[in-house]
Formats: sequence, C-alpha cells, structure tokens
Amino acid sequence: MTDPQPQKPRTIEELEGIANELRVSVLDMLAKAGSGHSAGPLGMAEILTVLYFRCMRHDPKDPDWPDRDIFMLSNGHTAPILYAAMAHSGYFPLSELDTLRRFGSRLQGHPERRSLPGLENTSGPLGEGLSQGAGYAYVLRHLDRNPQRFVYVVMGDGEIDEGNVWEAAMFAAKYHLGNLVAFVDRNFIQIDGSTEDVMPLGDLTGKWRTFGWHVLEVDGNNVGALIEAVALAKAVTDRPTVIIANTVPGKGVKYMEYDYAWHGKPPTAQQAREWIAVLTNTSMEKEDA
Amino acid sequence: MTSYPLDPDTYDAAVRREPIRMGFGRGLLEAGRQDGSVVALCADLAESTQMGLFARAFPERFIEVGIAEQNLVTVAAGMARAGKTPFTSSYAAFSPGRCWEQIKTTACINEQPVKIIGSHAGLITGPDGATHQMLEDIALMRVMPGMIVICPGDSIEAEKATLAIAKNGLPSYLRVARDATPIFSTPESPFDIGRAYVLREGTDITLIGTGTLTYQLLIAAHILEGRGIAAEVVHAPTIKPLDEETILASVAKTGAAVSAEEGQVAGGLGGAVAELLCEKLPAPLLRLGVNDRYGESGTPGELMETFGLTGDQLAVRTAEFLQRPSASRRV
Repeated sequence: MTDPQPQKPRTIEELEGIANELRVSVLDMLAKAGSGHSAGPLGMAEILTVLYFRCMRHDPKDPDWPDRDIFMLSNGHTAPILYAAMAHSGYFPLSELDTLRRFGSRLQGHPERRSLPGLENTSGPLGEGLSQGAGYAYVLRHLDRNPQRFVYVVMGDGEIDEGNVWEAAMFAAKYHLGNLVAFVDRNFIQIDGSTEDVMPLGDLTGKWRTFGWHVLEVDGNNVGALIEAVALAKAVTDRPTVIIANTVPGKGVKYMEYDYAWHGKPPTAQQAREWIAVLTNTSMEKEDA
Repeated sequence: MTSYPLDPDTYDAAVRREPIRMGFGRGLLEAGRQDGSVVALCADLAESTQMGLFARAFPERFIEVGIAEQNLVTVAAGMARAGKTPFTSSYAAFSPGRCWEQIKTTACINEQPVKIIGSHAGLITGPDGATHQMLEDIALMRVMPGMIVICPGDSIEAEKATLAIAKNGLPSYLRVARDATPIFSTPESPFDIGRAYVLREGTDITLIGTGTLTYQLLIAAHILEGRGIAAEVVHAPTIKPLDEETILASVAKTGAAVSAEEGQVAGGLGGAVAELLCEKLPAPLLRLGVNDRYGESGTPGELMETFGLTGDQLAVRTAEFLQRPSASRRV
C-alpha cells in the first residue's frame, strides 16, 4: 500500500469552505453550459466534499491507483457537483469545467467513464449505481478479500422509485457487503414535484432497515455529521450502510432552495453572477470571523 | 471444396443431438479453469442455463442474484470494473429481454466486458409459450453499439464460442437453446468470432443460417441436391460483426440468398443480411424465420413446422423462391 490515508487532515471549516467553492463552480459551469440540473448538485456539495476531501482514499494524479476507494455516482444528472469535486481535487484543470456539456468535452452531460479518468461508472439512467457498486464491493470482499477498500455510491431520493435499486439492496444485504456505503440524497424533490406526491417514499429509514441495511440519517448539509456517519458506516462490517442525507435542494442559493422547479434547469448568466457573489461574500465573512 | 469438417452423421437420421446450452455449460467450466477472473452470475436458473457445472466446480466464483435480471447485469458490470470477467445467465426472454437499457448503459457505453447468456431462446422453448420463446433478442442486441452477438449452431460450437467470449474483453451476447438439436460440427471445426463458414458448396443459391437453423439448411441443401439444385450453405454463428466477406463472396457466385433463423427476421440475421446485400451486392433475398408474430405453446417440432422452418419446408420454400424469375440465374 503506497499511502494508507492520502487525504490531508482538513478542519470542518476548511471543508465547509471547499463545499462553498464547489457550489460556485456548479453555478458557473451550469450558466456557461446553458442546460443541466441545479438543485441536486448544490444540495449534494457537502456529501461530495466529505468524500473527495476527507473520507475517500484516492489519488487524483493516479486515478487507477489500485488501493483507491471507489466512488460511483448513480444519479448521473448531478454530474456538475462530481465534476466540481474532481476538478478541485486535481483530477483535471478547473478551467475544463467551462466545457460542461459541450461538443467534444470530457465532461459529458451525464458522466461517461470512458471519457474522463477518475470516473468509475457511466450513469444517467437511474437506479443502476447501487448494483454496480455492490458488484464491485462483492469482488473486494469475497473474491479479492481486500478489507482496506470501500465503495461509495450516491443516489437521489426520487431515483429509488426504480426497482433496480431494491434488487441491489437485497443483494448487498444477502452478501454482507459491509464495505459498501450508499448515500440517499434526501431532498424531497424530483422532476414532476415532491417525492411524496410523485411516489411517496414514506419511511425510508424503515424501508432500508427492513431490507437488512445499517441505516443512518443525518443532516446532509452538515459536514461534521457526514464525516461521523461515514466513520460509523465503516465500523459496521457485516452489513452495508445507507446514509440518508437530508439535504436542501438548491442549498446556498436562497431563490432556489426547496423549489423543485430548479431540479432540471440552469441559472442564467446574470443569476449565476449574483448568486456567486453572495456565496463568495458568505465564505469571506466566515474567513473574516 | 469447403474445408469445414462436418460431423459424418450430419445427414443421417442417427445424427447426435444435444442441447446447445450444454455446450455453454462445458465452455464456462473450462473458461473458469483457464482464467481465475471468470465469475458466473445467475438469476435463479443455474441448472436450466447449465451454469450449475461452473457453480459446483467454483462455488466461490458463482453468484446467485435471485430473480432480478436488471440487477444481474448491473452487478456484473460492477464486477467487470473490479477486474472480473462476468458471465450472466437467464432465459433470453428475461435477459436481455428485461434489462436492455442496463446492458446498454452499464456494459456497452461503460465499456465493461459483461457476457450475456440468453438461454431458452427461440421457438424450440416449446410448451412454455410465447412469453418464454425469445424471438427478438438478436435484433435487440445487434442494434447496440459495442455488442458482439453470437448464435452457435450446436453444442460443440457453443462450447468454443463460450471460451472465445471469455477472452475477447468485450460485452458479448451468446444465444443458446433448451432442447436437444442435431450436432453438425466437430471438435476440429473452426470457430472464430466474426467468421462465417461455408459448410457446403453450391452455385445456385446461398443459404445463410444461424443457430439451430443452420442444420435445417444443411438438410434442405441435401434435399435440393436431389432435385438438381446446388445450394451453398453458409453458417453465420456470429451475427455481429457479420462476416460480410464470406457472405458477399458466396452471393456473388450464386446470385441469390435465403436466410433462416429461429427468431424475428426483422432486425435479426435476415435484417443483417438484407442490409448487407442492399448496400453492397443487391440480390434477391428470401428471409425465413418468424415474421412479426409471437410463438405459442407446442412441441418444438410442431412449432418449427408451423413456421415452415424444418429442413423439408426450407427446401420447398427455397425451390419456390428460385422459381421466381428475379431469383434465379438458372432459369
């Protein structure tokens, strides 16, 4: 093993600052792309920050590092926050974020593994990330017998309407995939409206528990809570863990927060400028304090 | 002279018969012996699909996913990303029947070498009826960029095809069938992915078959010979990529073609041959198989008869086709 913990130890405040920077990048790239999803990526900023800047073992200079942890984004439409996290980690230059969704770009509208080193899976059609993550985790646990590496999967909450997710949930529980950590971005919105109107998810904690999972429910916009949840998840080795991360869709942009209309559209250039200014001031105020 | 060695009993009533899926079972076992990265995933049909042989030999590399075909192929894609060569098996009606998009996204766009084994394909699934007689799988898989599509003619060839896809590093579809069907090839007969083979030479018409229908075409050609028609039989176990060179060379010689398959001709082998000939060598073509309808319960024999796909019927239909002024250069 070349480096058991390649992550620099960062403070909560540093991580919150990074999450804010990722949000700025998301708004900027979406406005430049002129299409794409806003609410989910903004709400997921802390989850991606905690994984890419604190919890995951990975090496942006060596994307195929054999000892790396695996990250699979299942709700591929939230690609902007993944691209932001990867660029800020050092997988590719920040300037490349401006190419999002453009012809010839490595930053495809939905993530394509073959186009960008560091991506572990192709996603977009929903409900397929958990089973791919479970397949990888199965290999690590039962075939390669490697207890060091973990597999992280992020799903949306609307996404788990898909039956494929629950097929994967049963599989992961049956095979005791304690090395699999899934997040559900519980923001209560999907394209057509509230998740509870479109197809009620109800007691998510109860559902996953009944499927045999170790379930944690946290404030998904709280960096400290997420770090703690990941540590607890890794400590439970006989079952997979799902972290139900309650997030605010559009988090950080008050005009967007909680409004499902922002699920699938980008800010205008003007909106992006204004909102980036607010986000930048917020982080500067924090730095001053 | 064709160099393809046929089983000496091919034209005899005593021809040896074996389910094509048995060849897959043996091939997978051998692939497992040769390569420790081969894993096998099944959706509650391990014995039916002949994966049981592998499961008993390598229990630690056999993964039961339950009745969940979407999960079957996506878990396999994740395992492929982790460095394994996953074989998945179910009835073709369910995989790829149910999980087409999962295969497209997580195996093909994602470039992972997932192997899809569709067992119990075609009409000879028999009494189970229309829902279980997968006739659309060739069309479904052929249209998918990055997918290899193989439909072996008998169990010996299925064994070779299984070993070949274990090594090709690509998403691959292997179509196999339930009931015992005649064995026309031999252990020495060639098999390479992407190659078609001239099993029997002739100058009057090219008969192009895949899967179980190749044997029926051999019988048809044998019957036609008695009527003074020299039919060339081309066996195309790989439907994608199609061996254009072999097919074009044959049709250039004979001037007309008949395709035969145990499935929908639309998008199937018939579709592939029609596309090829239209673009590169326009020639009269008769596509035999299933034409825009579903199957029904019955014995394999009854169904093949109903759809006009026995050797006798193929001979009659070919002779009738050659009567058409446009189809024959002999007239």
